[in-house]
Amino acid sequence: MDTDALRELTFTDSKDQLRFITCGSMDDGKSTLIGRFLHDSKAIYEDQLQALARDTVKHGTPGDAIDFALLVDGLEAERDQGITIDVAYRFFSTPRRSFMAADTPGHEQYTRNMATGASNAQLAVILIDARKGVLVQTKRHSYICSLLGIRHVVVALNKMDLVEYRKEVFDRIVGDYVKFASNLGFTSIAAIPISARHGDNIINRSRNTDWFHGPCLLDYLESIDIQSETAGLPFRFPVQWVNRPNMDFRGYAGTVVSGSIAVGDEIVVPASGRNSRVKQIVTYDGDLVRAEAGDAVTITLADEIGIGRGDVIAKPTERPEVADQFAAHVIWMDQEDMVPGRSYGFRIGTQSSASGSITAMKYRIDVNTGAHVAARTLRLNEIGFCKIATLLPATFDAYEANRRTGSFIVIDGETNRTVGAGMIAFPLRRAVNMAWRPLSLGKKERAALKHQRACIIWFTGLSGAGKSTIANLVDQKLFAMSYHTMLLDGDNLRHGLNRDLGLTESDRAENIRGAGQVAKLMVDSGLLVICSFISPYKAERDMVRDLVSDGEFIEVFVDTPIGECVRRDPKGRYAKAKSGMVKTFTGVDAPYEAPSAPEIHLTTLNQQPERLADTVLNCLAARGIIVPTNRTEN
Amino acid sequence: MSYGKLDHRNGDLPRSEPQMFTMHAQNIAKPQSRTLPRHLRRLEAESIEIMREVVADFRKPVMLYSIGKDSSVMLHLAQKAFYPAKVPFSLLHVDTTWKFREMISFRDETAQRLGINLIVHVNRDGIERGINPIDSGSTLHTQVMKTDALKQALDLYGFDAAFGGARRDEEKSRAKERIFSFRSHGHVWDPRNQRPELWNLFNTRSWKGETMRVFAISNWTELDVWEYIMLENIPVVPLYFAKKRWVVHRNGALIMVDDERLPLVSNETPELKMVRFRTLGCYPLSGAIESDAATIKDVVAEMQVATLSERQGRLIDSDEVASMEKTKREGYF
Repeated sequence: MDTDALRELTFTDSKDQLRFITCGSMDDGKSTLIGRFLHDSKAIYEDQLQALARDTVKHGTPGDAIDFALLVDGLEAERDQGITIDVAYRFFSTPRRSFMAADTPGHEQYTRNMATGASNAQLAVILIDARKGVLVQTKRHSYICSLLGIRHVVVALNKMDLVEYRKEVFDRIVGDYVKFASNLGFTSIAAIPISARHGDNIINRSRNTDWFHGPCLLDYLESIDIQSETAGLPFRFPVQWVNRPNMDFRGYAGTVVSGSIAVGDEIVVPASGRNSRVKQIVTYDGDLVRAEAGDAVTITLADEIGIGRGDVIAKPTERPEVADQFAAHVIWMDQEDMVPGRSYGFRIGTQSSASGSITAMKYRIDVNTGAHVAARTLRLNEIGFCKIATLLPATFDAYEANRRTGSFIVIDGETNRTVGAGMIAFPLRRAVNMAWRPLSLGKKERAALKHQRACIIWFTGLSGAGKSTIANLVDQKLFAMSYHTMLLDGDNLRHGLNRDLGLTESDRAENIRGAGQVAKLMVDSGLLVICSFISPYKAERDMVRDLVSDGEFIEVFVDTPIGECVRRDPKGRYAKAKSGMVKTFTGVDAPYEAPSAPEIHLTTLNQQPERLADTVLNCLAARGIIVPTNRTEN
Repeated sequence: MSYGKLDHRNGDLPRSEPQMFTMHAQNIAKPQSRTLPRHLRRLEAESIEIMREVVADFRKPVMLYSIGKDSSVMLHLAQKAFYPAKVPFSLLHVDTTWKFREMISFRDETAQRLGINLIVHVNRDGIERGINPIDSGSTLHTQVMKTDALKQALDLYGFDAAFGGARRDEEKSRAKERIFSFRSHGHVWDPRNQRPELWNLFNTRSWKGETMRVFAISNWTELDVWEYIMLENIPVVPLYFAKKRWVVHRNGALIMVDDERLPLVSNETPELKMVRFRTLGCYPLSGAIESDAATIKDVVAEMQVATLSERQGRLIDSDEVASMEKTKREGYF
């Protein structure tokens, strides 16, 4: 096939792709600019233009022949409201480059969308209205781009037609911008005077700006040298999947996210500290001698060193960080506020099921000014600087050093929504060697010495539901059967270990986290740990459940209607809550999330505590945790 | 496959001879060095990464196989992603029973050649109700034989993730589609309840009953697809290449007379024209274009100067404004 001649026609061998984001508010003419790109670079077709002409009559801005913005405003609802509310990706191409443009809304309430679009962009086109100059929104867009790691910015000074294409307007505004942006860490800032509506300096140089000697926008985008951000960085290879087609082949499939690796190179898995050498770099198109940033390959090693999904392969001389605590910028993306201390899922690289929590908020960032503001939580579209702790050590780099290995997303454990996104700044407590040195004596051995199986028996329910009463009885009965137990009670813990905690949502979460860790230590020492905590949130209970092995967490739901609890009110707390003396009291003005599938469900109305305790024992026996006879008689 | 095919091999309608399908030698002689330009290498690697994520994180994925050029590219990418292992999931073809005959034979040959398990699902209930694209109209036909059928198949086999070949450049409402498109119970797509996608960190979590559609070639354009097919020698259905075929003019489109099931209206006379297809669907709904592009090289060259979009040949889109978004909400890809 005569492909050489053809390639001349459609692309050059060195044709590459540039991914950029356009930033600007609706009024800046951003959608018009993208529509213009698609139109003038012939990325749209006649039938789409006809549809556009029809749409212009229906939705368009009055007075325009063809409203290019309609080309890029996608969903029905958005079109009806006349605003862009999501991230849309647009494509156009020249023989030298193909382009993917992320089109995102610019208003403050859409910061999350802008961050999403910026996360994969190498360059930002920042639109400024020539009549208005550098505005608060310009600063916000620039700040978010900088935070998300974009290093190249082009300022498109739009609506030059409305200021008679005057050079001094351009010079003044560009001067303002460069001054403002000098500390945002951009490596290049270009500025081009344009009119998106009339096409000045978009695809071709405009005669209206003969004082301007720079390239038009497309020329600039085609020629800017986006030095491969990843080529010169240390080698990183997050393992996605272990490929084991047969007993003789064990390969690690993934993409080289930075640096390069060659056959024979020494490698290390920083999380385990184990070393080996690259044996083969396998691809469908034949083995490679060397793989570089961007290559999706399968690596085999000289030694079997127990690698799985989530591990990162690196070179021994250039290791990433391994830590279970780090500081990071977090963008909150959910309607529900962030709750410090609550357990969330974290996805860091291919470590897709890590769990952890945001342990402390350092400050919130005002995205308009960059100022640090004191804050205890983050709301939708807010950005803050936080401390994060993960249950197991994570492997990462600082985001500034490596966008691919320094980023993470935060996932709500109950709804599975993506609630936040983060950029790691630095590790807080390095796990220099391995975080967990396997203990020579384990939970099994310690429990076996006591002739029992260790577990957590977790009583949850409203205040006054009867948790402590039943838990005490279970404790006594187990003790009488010669089981080694320990009872942890919410009230008692709050007098000691957790005395510094209040009743806010985040303090409650921290209270449970502390209790869970103590309970886990006791399980490790081989005990049956009986816990009695209101523990109103499912996420927190699940966090404790995740601390121990499968089958070691027995959730006991003490189910008593709120009316009955108020009637019993053994500690007089409901009365206080009603009188306003106690704030945020579960069941009164704070929610209780009932367990959906507890291991044991106790309905207490008209039941004797003694009978309920026996029910618990029977269930424990049924699960094989205890032997249903008195062991002293055996 | 164990489904009752309608017998359309009889009848004496004028039709072109089935085009011989030339098998490319990709399994015999692999290219020695990579010749792809960088933009295609990047797209290829990105798609491979997405496919591996799905296989690593989902219990039972499947690849929606529509037999078209995009499916051919996806299948090729899947072979690369899991090599030297075989593609670790099945192909699912939702058969409306109105596909071109050449598509069906290509489908069966492909599955056999690659040794991949192929599941063909037909909405039997729709067949019994007599739903077809000619009498029922394209909207109802698509709803029953594609959307409903797809949901049936996903439920029947319990797939928790399904690869689809949709691309963001195809149509306006798709420009905002996620790569991992979350579907709640009943396969509902709620545009307001889609997860933000940052970097390459996909949120793959779901509860039982919820599913994911995964668009592994989201960021490819139609031209990328053709260039890749050309440079990688990927087999595609011969209908994409021009040759003389029997067609009739209908609703402003050229409809191929694939067999006797296409009832001709009184003033319609089949003509032998040099035509090819830019997209393939149900043959009574897919318009051909007049073209001399008989080879892959010609097709790519023709793409360069094309003035109409690929969806222009599809009757489904012109029915109503934003019809794609509507069908998506209901569970179509």
